[in-house]
Amino acid sequence: MINFFEVNETNKMIDQENLDVRTITLGINLLDCSDSNLEELKKKIYNKITTTARDLVKVGKEIETQYGIPIVNKRISITPISLVAHFDNEEAYVSIAETLDKAAKEVGVNFIGGFSALVSKGMTRSDRMLMNSIPKALAKTERVCSSVNVGSTKTGINMDAVKMIGRIIKETAVLTQDKDSIGCAKFVVFCNAPDDNPFMAGAFHGVTEYDAVINVGVSGPGVVKKALESARGADFGELCETIKKTAFKITRVGQLVAMEASKKLGIPFGIIDLSLAPTPAIGDSIADILEEIGVEYAGAPGTTAALALLNDQVKKGGAMASSYVGGLSGAFIPVSEDQGMIKAATIGALTIEKLEAMSCVCSVGLDMVAIPGDTKETTISGIIADEMAIGMINQKTTAVRIIPVIGKKVGDSAEFGGLLGYAPIMPVNPYSCDRFIARGGRIPAPIHSYKN
Amino acid sequence: MERCIITVVGKDKVGIIANVCTYLADNQINILDISQTIVQDFFNMMMIVDVVKVDKPFETVVSELKKLGEDIGVNVRLQHEDIFNRMHRI
Repeated sequence: MINFFEVNETNKMIDQENLDVRTITLGINLLDCSDSNLEELKKKIYNKITTTARDLVKVGKEIETQYGIPIVNKRISITPISLVAHFDNEEAYVSIAETLDKAAKEVGVNFIGGFSALVSKGMTRSDRMLMNSIPKALAKTERVCSSVNVGSTKTGINMDAVKMIGRIIKETAVLTQDKDSIGCAKFVVFCNAPDDNPFMAGAFHGVTEYDAVINVGVSGPGVVKKALESARGADFGELCETIKKTAFKITRVGQLVAMEASKKLGIPFGIIDLSLAPTPAIGDSIADILEEIGVEYAGAPGTTAALALLNDQVKKGGAMASSYVGGLSGAFIPVSEDQGMIKAATIGALTIEKLEAMSCVCSVGLDMVAIPGDTKETTISGIIADEMAIGMINQKTTAVRIIPVIGKKVGDSAEFGGLLGYAPIMPVNPYSCDRFIARGGRIPAPIHSYKN
Repeated sequence: MERCIITVVGKDKVGIIANVCTYLADNQINILDISQTIVQDFFNMMMIVDVVKVDKPFETVVSELKKLGEDIGVNVRLQHEDIFNRMHRI
């Protein structure tokens, strides 16, 4: 029998500690929309998205009311467009992005992810066209998110793509400079990208997936922080136990929402991404958890160990709560979306180099990092290459979402609005990697990739 | 049977239970269990109810109860019991 204490605990988590389901993401396969005629292709894509996702927002709202738990985002991920569309000019890809934007608006989702290319080994002509069209596509649309997978443990790192992306990010920044280069906030570079990630901007519907699938991302840094307050001064054993129990509860809510959404929409359930995802709201921060564990600011000595511990316990607790765990799962450390991280970066406790070290032990990597607008293309490529190498060698997913804010320098701050938050411009190592990036070609896969 | 949980929290006054229960009776919602405490003048009530006979859509009942709570100065919330079962039971 349910008791008073449990009901109060759940409702306190929702009301005061920002417990929410971060996103229901409907993955849609678009491979069957492929067509050599651009207008036909766009029509098919638009129709498939608007039919499959017709009830997504409505069902999301119903579940919110039924359980009293906020579901912050309803989103769509689609088959990487470079696999669906094969055209000879970039304009065609830009117009496809506009179609996606229109479809997203029609069904009422706030983001649609999958304007993507998978080029971990080599680039096809359509990959190249799509990548070149990214700056314009992101500047001309509002809800489209784009990603490129440039490496994996099995294939190594496609350095030609890494080089191109330095330029693409810079161009995107320039085209959206009137809004603090916000276009770059909708673009992610991956190494070892998962096929079932419900979190933007990196979400896409992989080729290993169903026709349509429901993936759910849970959140809840505030709840973990609150739970840890009760374990202040306790040793690491007890600390881990507390995180694990809380992660279990958070994930169970996600599992419930996922099953219910899957039932109501008649679409199979894919995975729960059991991640702690922060927001810029006070009390919804990963950095606050790290501080509660015992470091003065995120970035102080001990931070990487604290984050490693947090990430592992979240997975251990969550793994018991859902049998199908996937996506990125762990703790996200975006800078602009996390009040504590913003604070730490502003006072200089947190640097890009420390973030890179932290990304070795947690989900994703350099996320929502604002850098000076005059940062060189090759420097951006170099930063990406470093992060991709961490993913490749350590057989994990890593990503970079970096924003050179045109017209701003260290000491300024960039405003992205909403869930994307705001960020101080962080200093970048000024020394050059021009010759390194100019080499091109591919960094071979590491020796431990030969596991057969 | 479709069980839901109603929670009522707010400053104590005369008639809270009467108001909530009248609404439930009017809408064919059966009360299965009630527990209630007063902590430092604050009224805390939890009810387990069966909503199987109610003919209004769930969201209407949720918003009408919320409205009723606002009228008498307390916070009334209706949630499906599954969220609590899932979170707290292995």
